[in-house]
Amino acid sequence: MNNNTTVSPDQSMEKPVFKINKFIIGGLLLLAAVVVLVVTSLKGNAQYYLTVDELLASPKGQYSNVRVSGVVLGDTIQYDAQHQVLTFTIANIPGDDNVIEEMGGIAQVLHTASTDPSASRLQVEYHDVKPDLLKNEAQAIVTGQLGEDGIFYADELLLKCPSKYEEELPEQVQN
Amino acid sequence: MIANIGFGVLVITLVTSLIAVITAVYGVTSKTRAMLETSRLAALSTFPLLSISIAVLIVLLLSGNFEYVYVYQTTSLSMPVYLKIAALWGGQQGSLLFWCWLLSGFTFIVLIRKWKQDRDLLPWVIVVTNITIFFFTLLVLFFENPFLKYYIMYNGEIITSLFQPFHAIAADPTDGSGLNPLLRHFGMVVHPPMLYLGFVGFIIPFAYAIAALIEGRTDDHWLKATRKWSLTAWLFLSLGLVLGSRWAYDVLGWGGYWSWDPVEISAFMPWLTGTAYLHSMVMQDKRGLFKHWNIALIILTFCLVIFGTFLTRSGLFSSVHAFSESELGPAFFIFITVMFIASLGLLLYRWSSLSSGYQIKSFFSRESAFLYNNLLFIAIFAICLLGVIFPILSELFTGQQVTVGPQFYESAAGPLFALLLLLMGIVPLTAWSTSTARNLGKSIWKPALVSLTFPIAALILGAHRWVAVLAIWLAALVICVTLYDYIRSIRLRAASQHESIGKAFITLTSRNRRRYGGYIIHVGVALMGVGIIGIEFFQTQTQSMVKQGETLELSGYTVTYNNLEITDTPDGRNVAEAEMTITRDGRDLKVVYPRIDYYYDSDQAVTVPGLRTTLADDLYIILVDWEPVTSEGATFKVFRNPLMNWFWIGSIVAVLGTLLALWPSRERKSIQKEPA
Repeated sequence: MNNNTTVSPDQSMEKPVFKINKFIIGGLLLLAAVVVLVVTSLKGNAQYYLTVDELLASPKGQYSNVRVSGVVLGDTIQYDAQHQVLTFTIANIPGDDNVIEEMGGIAQVLHTASTDPSASRLQVEYHDVKPDLLKNEAQAIVTGQLGEDGIFYADELLLKCPSKYEEELPEQVQN
Repeated sequence: MIANIGFGVLVITLVTSLIAVITAVYGVTSKTRAMLETSRLAALSTFPLLSISIAVLIVLLLSGNFEYVYVYQTTSLSMPVYLKIAALWGGQQGSLLFWCWLLSGFTFIVLIRKWKQDRDLLPWVIVVTNITIFFFTLLVLFFENPFLKYYIMYNGEIITSLFQPFHAIAADPTDGSGLNPLLRHFGMVVHPPMLYLGFVGFIIPFAYAIAALIEGRTDDHWLKATRKWSLTAWLFLSLGLVLGSRWAYDVLGWGGYWSWDPVEISAFMPWLTGTAYLHSMVMQDKRGLFKHWNIALIILTFCLVIFGTFLTRSGLFSSVHAFSESELGPAFFIFITVMFIASLGLLLYRWSSLSSGYQIKSFFSRESAFLYNNLLFIAIFAICLLGVIFPILSELFTGQQVTVGPQFYESAAGPLFALLLLLMGIVPLTAWSTSTARNLGKSIWKPALVSLTFPIAALILGAHRWVAVLAIWLAALVICVTLYDYIRSIRLRAASQHESIGKAFITLTSRNRRRYGGYIIHVGVALMGVGIIGIEFFQTQTQSMVKQGETLELSGYTVTYNNLEITDTPDGRNVAEAEMTITRDGRDLKVVYPRIDYYYDSDQAVTVPGLRTTLADDLYIILVDWEPVTSEGATFKVFRNPLMNWFWIGSIVAVLGTLLALWPSRERKSIQKEPA
């Protein structure tokens, strides 16, 4: 594996030549490896991101692994600490950012959806520690699959609390 | 009243930054000295001006002026002073102002120190930095103003406004809603400013690169003049990332440190390209290689810095970090696009004058190792970028959003991280210019053999997954080879110069600070790798509901639940604190107190784990829930995170290595020759 036979050292110091050589091959091999890695990783781990409406409208069993976003209904949160089973219901919120913007921002959308009885709902079951951010009107993003029983079994639960940073009106002055 | 001063100086800053840009361009093109002097003074003035604005905001935060929206949202009476100051970057408006202020400060330093030396480049540095300052000041003024107040309209509606509208009276809340309790942690107090220092620090080398392109100074000056800036920026960015991890580990209560969340990745991406840049910088410095590449990398890093700042602000992605959605999106998008296209255009314009008169010859040379290091970093960056924008891409092409989770990043980037470790292991023993596999093999076999003892030990101790064993070997290889090379060089020097080992160590290190600083960083990173291997491959966990006096068992440890105490604290928390004794083989090791703090005012619970940490493993205990009435039974989750401590130790080692590389050298023309 002596790679130094073709070019003598001082020649190469002078000539600004670009040679198609093992480096290009090495680079291409690396590129190919990266592409293979990306494609295989994508196959196993990509999830469709749906709204509650879209998930409920889809034919049964179409999605095996899916991500759904909705608003948490505070009254429905139940936690069985002994078995660490968390159940709660989420209500549909629109998935399109422009629609959310038109409706007055995400905080407004979450508030409206959580109080709208006609919004479609989805019961979620999650087996783990109850997250600190799970509360009424939080946006929940759950990853998992819809069971035969209509319950969504989540493997992953992500929460986003708009009230965390969102403009909140001071209660003291509301009257 | 005072807020009007804060707001007023922002308006002035907007004007002065614009003046600085215009006079700089005019001064250079017309060769008018007075113009350039005006530009310098205008650029210098932004820092004191923005400092006034920052000072005003801090005064408002400290004095509890809750009629100001920002003060109301980020502070409350019960918060301690240091948190009130930290609230400066605890919310959207303040953090943008803070970002802008840092940039003006960095520009100030450059102008004070380098105006005489870099006369030709600095006007353009002013242009780049002040365009950025102008943009951010514009955002702060018109989109995210921290000086807005609450007003009550005649119909009772509450609005926010800078000035008092007609028929409205000022609202006067008695207390604020306070900083989110989850953010009230030391790691969170220092994590954002560290990240921002890193982000903003990379703008200085970028500005120099652009200045060099415009002026046609295609030598290495821009790179050498900003070497310390780049390294310092990298240090702060790294610190910011690690502190963020530590915060997650301590506060988020899921026993993790990194979750491949889009916002985390958006801070990680400039780190990746920045790290690639630090390496390829060395190549230009020592070999005159990669000139185009370095400029491309710093342009990319700049754009990623802006993108990272934007991602945390846009609400585009769901994450624990995201601030609320705002109208910043299009503004950021336009700014990044314009800067990117303009810089890339300049690079193409100067392309031919940047070519180097040197090419890499040997596959096993150090140059080659640097080349592959860069390719790997860029590949990991590309994977991260793809993952972050995948939902947008998929919606664009298929109409449906498809997201990727942590497993995607782990399985796609994991092997590349392993290759990086391999490179780090080999590189100290490669030679510059010409090197063959045989030479390399000859010098590496001894430390490589030693490093094999670690995976063998792991196998004996019961590690089964080949990926984990391989990863352990790679981390061990880095550490063994680096130490071997270091010790060998010290002994060679001691022998040839007739010095004691201690003296040889000191002279060798102080004369090659960057080289050995880099090696120490490598060892630190390998140690961090050990921590990651420990928690990713060997974490064990158990969870159970137990009564007082009962125990949980995990991997040889016994955890006894002694009692639970529930108290209300004066600062508005309800604290449920469990007392747990950790024992092993009948010996009491430690008593820990996992707890849940419930903040009444913000209806927010914070889970604080009980932690016993040793070099071998961390025992991480979370109080999940308790019986409200009897308080007898409580549910706990216990994690054992083997080797996790090495992650934090490694990060400290890496910081020390960076400081060594940064340490100003007394002998200006010290020996730069590398031992072959």
